[in-house]
Amino acid sequence: MKDKGIRINICMGTGGIAAGGAQVMEAFKKELRKAGIKASVGKRCTMHKVGCRGLCAKDVLVDVVKDGNKFTYQFIQADMVPRIVQQHLIENNPVSEWLVGEDYHNFHNKQVKVVLSDCGNIDPEDIEAYIKVKGYEALKTVLKKLTPEKTIEIIKKSGLRGRGGAGFPTGTKWEICRGVEAEQKYIICNADEGDPGAFMDRSVIEGNPHAVIEGMTIGAYAIGADIGYVYIRAEYPLAVERLKLALKQARKKKLLGKNILGTKFSFDIKIKLGAGAFVCGEETALIASIEGERGMPRAKPPFPVHSGLWGKPTVINNVETLANVPYIIRNGDKWFSSYGTEKSKGTKVFALTGKVKNSGLIEVPMGITLKEIIYDIGGGIENDKALKAVQTGGPSGGCIPAGMVDIKVDYESLAQVGSIVGSGGMIVLDEDDCMVNVAKYFLQFTQAESCGKCVPCRIGTKRLLEILDRITKGNGKETDIELLEKLGNDVKSASLCGLGQTAPNPVLSTIKYFRHEYEAHLKGKCPAGVCKDLLTYYILEEFCKGCGACMRACPAGAITGERKKPHKIDPEICIKCGACFEVCKFKAVGKE
Amino acid sequence: MSVTIDDFSSHYKEIRKMKHTGLVLEHAEEYLEKIYRKYCHEKGSIIPILQEFENEFGYIPEEAIRWIAERLEIPESRFFGVATFYAQFHLKPRGKRIITACSGTACHVKGSERLINGIRRELNLEEGEDTTEDMEFTFEKVNCVGACSIAPVVIIDKKVYGKATTDKIIKEIKSLKTGQ
Repeated sequence: MKDKGIRINICMGTGGIAAGGAQVMEAFKKELRKAGIKASVGKRCTMHKVGCRGLCAKDVLVDVVKDGNKFTYQFIQADMVPRIVQQHLIENNPVSEWLVGEDYHNFHNKQVKVVLSDCGNIDPEDIEAYIKVKGYEALKTVLKKLTPEKTIEIIKKSGLRGRGGAGFPTGTKWEICRGVEAEQKYIICNADEGDPGAFMDRSVIEGNPHAVIEGMTIGAYAIGADIGYVYIRAEYPLAVERLKLALKQARKKKLLGKNILGTKFSFDIKIKLGAGAFVCGEETALIASIEGERGMPRAKPPFPVHSGLWGKPTVINNVETLANVPYIIRNGDKWFSSYGTEKSKGTKVFALTGKVKNSGLIEVPMGITLKEIIYDIGGGIENDKALKAVQTGGPSGGCIPAGMVDIKVDYESLAQVGSIVGSGGMIVLDEDDCMVNVAKYFLQFTQAESCGKCVPCRIGTKRLLEILDRITKGNGKETDIELLEKLGNDVKSASLCGLGQTAPNPVLSTIKYFRHEYEAHLKGKCPAGVCKDLLTYYILEEFCKGCGACMRACPAGAITGERKKPHKIDPEICIKCGACFEVCKFKAVGKE
Repeated sequence: MSVTIDDFSSHYKEIRKMKHTGLVLEHAEEYLEKIYRKYCHEKGSIIPILQEFENEFGYIPEEAIRWIAERLEIPESRFFGVATFYAQFHLKPRGKRIITACSGTACHVKGSERLINGIRRELNLEEGEDTTEDMEFTFEKVNCVGACSIAPVVIIDKKVYGKATTDKIIKEIKSLKTGQ
């Protein structure tokens, strides 16, 4: 259908807003008013905020749709808007040098969008926009035509597994909870996306909150719950705001609340804000947190499906899992299971970040190779450096070395090489990254987030971190690598919850594939030049122009020299902050 | 247990002055009573109450916990247990401006550590301190703000700076200092 009007879509996810999305929107409003587009062009012009479309590295992205033809602009700032309005909208001549290039299309070509199919195309703050793309039709079908049992069967057949990390079959979880006799049941949406380097749940809620609400309502009907909670990080203010708005709109349309769509089914959703604790992503800790207590996990069984929130049967599903549900109901289980591998069906959203050219949010069929993700979608490594490893699964995951990029990305294949799909963080590391430092980084994180309830995790992670710390400071002992391996395996097998059981993974997988880097550190060298205690900064006289930039930047006063003559760094005074390295335009500062 | 609400009231006014909110409540008790009525019938209200305090005062005054704990007949220790568990709660007053540096993985591999050290140096923060002596700035690291594509990220008073460099952020802080 050709729309005769003009439509402008402006990317307004967190990435888009940080890059200046709001200013771009204001500029468009102002310019359009000034140009009197309505009068002079004689057409209707609408402007839309859209959620994340993935390629955040090129924000602000703007679509201009005129006479049914869509053009996408990249890196748009407010001061570029007048020219777009004049040249594209009035003179009908798109500004070709600002349009997205081939890499934008490559970025999208290998992706298969299910959960993200409407993100970036519809206005997340308008329920009508979601309804227009068949939103809430799945709910209608379920409530009016399907029994809870039939609904569960469809989800089971589709092969959907939990997207939060563990990969438990969603339909089975629902079925077990359905089978438990209880007056009161709950469904919880886990939006406590605490993995550093992951932002898919945030983007889904910001971009299409109604899909999550619809999926949750269908889940509630299937298990027999009448109250649901979304447990969401307070660090995601935009997502919280959009979710609140979406809930209000859904209630107004009778899609939530008493007697939904005129049926006997009643269900409503409350929002609970997380207070900043990574461990609350663990089911039982999350429940404790909703109950207002310290978010500490407990031993399972009993599992939450039997005894969860306030002791009642509770299903906890991840955001992405729930957002898949409406699409599965609408398009059928066969459609969904046609994507993916034998055991991992459908698609998965990943946050592709780190040293990759096109970083952003991607959705790919399970079973795609890591190579396709990094090189075809991601466009390769930044500054054309060499790939060293890919870290998947965040602090619970592991590092996959460059030599293994042909590996398929699905639950089983990644587990085989010592990593996990996890919630979907995918961080690309290049030759400048030190693997010991990366392992230490993750362990610092899990150690700080360990709740302290069980000894192996509380003390074990602390000791692991101390060993790593002394290795990166050049004080490592010969036996340290073996000690790390032994202690790591002990912590894994003896910890109470998923946090401790996976915390040693980054250490163990880097030892497995990058043992030589650990050994180099024991000999006092950091091959990548990252660990600052093992570094010395010096000035390469032949490149130094004597401009004084490093001297001004040095906070310790360790650099001396006359103007226009090579400078010198005094290693005794140098605090190794790297400020000189950062400011030098002539690459005259070296480190070793 | 006695609650010295008068002490608390004067302290409360001080905080108010500091926050420049312009909202004057006659007594802190009035506010606390409001919070009590809002939550007295709700299950699991410890976290929401602490979140209210944090929003109202910018941190969680111990006196406020004592007052509400007694009124709700919940042991103080449970409030303190929760308050010290979550990263979002602060038991010490915080500065007028909040600077947050993301130390998520993407930011880490793109040099957030150098950035963080640079900011701490600019603010003259001692080891273990995160608020400047004049109470103007509080500096914090957070786990991940989820804006990894524009790493490294620094947030100053809710404004997000993507692809941050030490230079750019220090310039920003300097202009805030002189703008005061």
